[in-house]
Amino acid sequence: MTKTFPGVKALDDVQLRVKPGSVHALIGENGAGKSTLMKCLFGIYQPDGGTIELDGKPVTIRNTNDALKQGISMIHQELIPVPYRNVIDNIWVGRFETKGIFVDEAKMYQKTEKLIRDLEFEIEPKTLAKNLSVSQLQAIEIAKAVSYDARVIIMDEPTSSLTVAETEHLFRIIRRLKAEGRSVIYISHRLEEIFTIADEITVMRDGQYIGTWDIGNITIDQLISQMVGRDMEERFPPRAGSKQDEVMLDVSHLSSANPRSFRDVSFELKKGEILGLGGLVGAQRTELVESIFGLRKLSGGTMKLNGKVIYNRTPREAIANGFALLTEERRATGIVPMLSVKENALAAAYRVLTGKLGIFNPKKLDAPVEEVCKRLDVRMANTQMLIRNLSGGNQQKVLVGRWLLRRCNILILDEPTRGVDVGAKYEIYRIMRDLTAQGHSIIMVSSEMPELLGMSDRIMVMCEGRLTTILDNVNTTQVDVMQHATEFSSKICSNGD
Amino acid sequence: MNTKTLSWPNIKKTLIDKALILAMLAMIIVIIIIEPAFLQWRVLKDILTQSSIKLIVALGLLFPLLLGGTDLAGGRQVGLAAVIVASMTQTLNYAGRFYPNLPDLPVIVPILIALVVVAIIGMINGWMIAKLNMAPFIATFGMSTIVYGINCLYFAQEPNRSQPIGGIKESLTILSSYKIFGISLLVYIALLITIIVWFVLNRTVYGKHLYIVGGNKDAAKVSGVNINFIIISAFVIESLLVGFGGVLEVARTGGANSAYGFSYEFDAISSCVVGGVSLSGGIGTVPGVIIGVIIFTIISYGLAFIGVNPNWQLIIKGIIICSAVALDMRKNAQ
Repeated sequence: MTKTFPGVKALDDVQLRVKPGSVHALIGENGAGKSTLMKCLFGIYQPDGGTIELDGKPVTIRNTNDALKQGISMIHQELIPVPYRNVIDNIWVGRFETKGIFVDEAKMYQKTEKLIRDLEFEIEPKTLAKNLSVSQLQAIEIAKAVSYDARVIIMDEPTSSLTVAETEHLFRIIRRLKAEGRSVIYISHRLEEIFTIADEITVMRDGQYIGTWDIGNITIDQLISQMVGRDMEERFPPRAGSKQDEVMLDVSHLSSANPRSFRDVSFELKKGEILGLGGLVGAQRTELVESIFGLRKLSGGTMKLNGKVIYNRTPREAIANGFALLTEERRATGIVPMLSVKENALAAAYRVLTGKLGIFNPKKLDAPVEEVCKRLDVRMANTQMLIRNLSGGNQQKVLVGRWLLRRCNILILDEPTRGVDVGAKYEIYRIMRDLTAQGHSIIMVSSEMPELLGMSDRIMVMCEGRLTTILDNVNTTQVDVMQHATEFSSKICSNGD
Repeated sequence: MNTKTLSWPNIKKTLIDKALILAMLAMIIVIIIIEPAFLQWRVLKDILTQSSIKLIVALGLLFPLLLGGTDLAGGRQVGLAAVIVASMTQTLNYAGRFYPNLPDLPVIVPILIALVVVAIIGMINGWMIAKLNMAPFIATFGMSTIVYGINCLYFAQEPNRSQPIGGIKESLTILSSYKIFGISLLVYIALLITIIVWFVLNRTVYGKHLYIVGGNKDAAKVSGVNINFIIISAFVIESLLVGFGGVLEVARTGGANSAYGFSYEFDAISSCVVGGVSLSGGIGTVPGVIIGVIIFTIISYGLAFIGVNPNWQLIIKGIIICSAVALDMRKNAQ
């Protein structure tokens, strides 16, 4: 099966064979193509090539309805309930039992109750979805998937919001489904978990099929090296030789106001270094950096900038303290699409570049913008063109320029090269090196292992909201990072066993 | 597609983008063909005078529109400001005075009172939208009935009992009656306000931040823009402008009643949209609004001039507004 998105080959000739009555785990790093493959199976995406066979017969799946009819159902990673409708409606939407033109409420109630009881959950069918906890919603989602009487059930990170006991409960359900002859495709980042429940494992990497193993024939370490085992194809600009020891930012015992997010994170950021921040989806890296920048609330901990305590309660305060943030979602929280390159570049800097009354002469602002765009090598016709007409990489450069015009000292880059083509990636890396050489410090959140290893002076790894390690990036390998990124998830599972 | 060529798709695109302006120009030409007398100096002067107050109100509405919002209470604020000012600027010897014992106040006093009242309304509008996260459409819709209620209560006071207010002092009506080169002072006032608004939007940090908040609120927040301040102040500025429009209405008509200003916000929003202001926020220029207001006035004046039934005029205006919004969606949707 092959699936291409503009600019990326998300799936490249991938295969997956699932036996009846078995649990088949699908693993790979973020962006390996697992979710894309499942979405193709479930009819959300249309593959560009390849076939799907059920019991040896080829089937076409044009939309989710086709998938359900063929007996494939899916538990989504993100839960999407209808908040003001009750459990019954959320499970049976589109398939109501009717009496004439009326919905047969009594029958629906009984059916729902039986379904939930069979799965050993305790949820009153008439509860509104908005009043359910996350794990109850997950239970409803599982009940819904089972209710389709599906032969293949896809579970995309089903345990990401479950406790140990709830995970155990889910495993009991999975074993029962298996005993009934159904197959489960199980996607998870928690490797220990997979060894508990799965019969077979398929590994994907960079949109390619790597291999399938019986669970008994492979160890965790082998699995990790299969997941990450690629050569460093991308090139990175050389690191500046001198090592910086002057501490710029000292973060200690930082905890999020959101109890589900990060807690007790401490680290130091040195002047002129690139501090990489690695981890899997759900490690709360974005939440951490956005909290440092004042976009999210903290419940405890201190930050010291050059020895002085700072708070960063709002982005404005953070910016005044010399912080800058390049957000993960360039379109949603970065660019202002209908404005020009110039206006986008100046968005953060107007206040400092203009006089006291906030009145300016636009001609005087041209020179600094031109200079920054030239320094960052933004490819464009002129600074008056709309930013939405630039490529992703050039948009990203303009956003870096936005912070340079504001003269920040600490740059936080959240996935700086996401959606950027290879050529522009190298240029962004070069810019990062230039900036650190000039004494700026960078915190770089990245899900791309080679980037993390190729660019960082030190690598901080998070797992489930906690900092697991800070590695000096000397002879560090992807396996080292991966092991720390899954540290707690393994422990949680082994505690549960 | 980087280079612009005179190929058919490009011409087609240009035609669609400019379709509304072209259609309206065609309408004006038709009006002139039917009634060549439309082209006279007197008509032009009338159109300029009629456009003045509409332009000030439309420039007011431009602020919430640039934020992707709207103010459905705009017209009612015109009315409230008009009634407040009129009630305090009657000549001392006028028979039915609103405040029979009111001393001879300088005109500026009632004007400032009216502007403070509408500024408070604007502040509440902005607060509901910025702090309570209400949809501007709903928040200001509620506000419009509140403002109208307040206006009617005030207007119904003893001894006025909802009688139209007349006998306005010459020191206020002079704003409309005084002419320079045969053109009403209203036109010059509108011109001055237009220049100020253009300056605020194009030459101040405040104006730039307004466009950025309207274009992408989250990006503005990350860039350290104080979003709540921008939203609330935009509604205050808008209220001050529409309130001042109400003051000028009193000067122009020499009186006021509680129905003043009704549906002015719709004309203003329509003019803005015709002038290229996007209802999704972030897009819109002062020259665009001027063109929108003038074209709109020409068409309503012209249709009346050639004797089109006023009910048909409403239908034509409605069609223009719907087409303008449809074109905006087509142009600015991504």
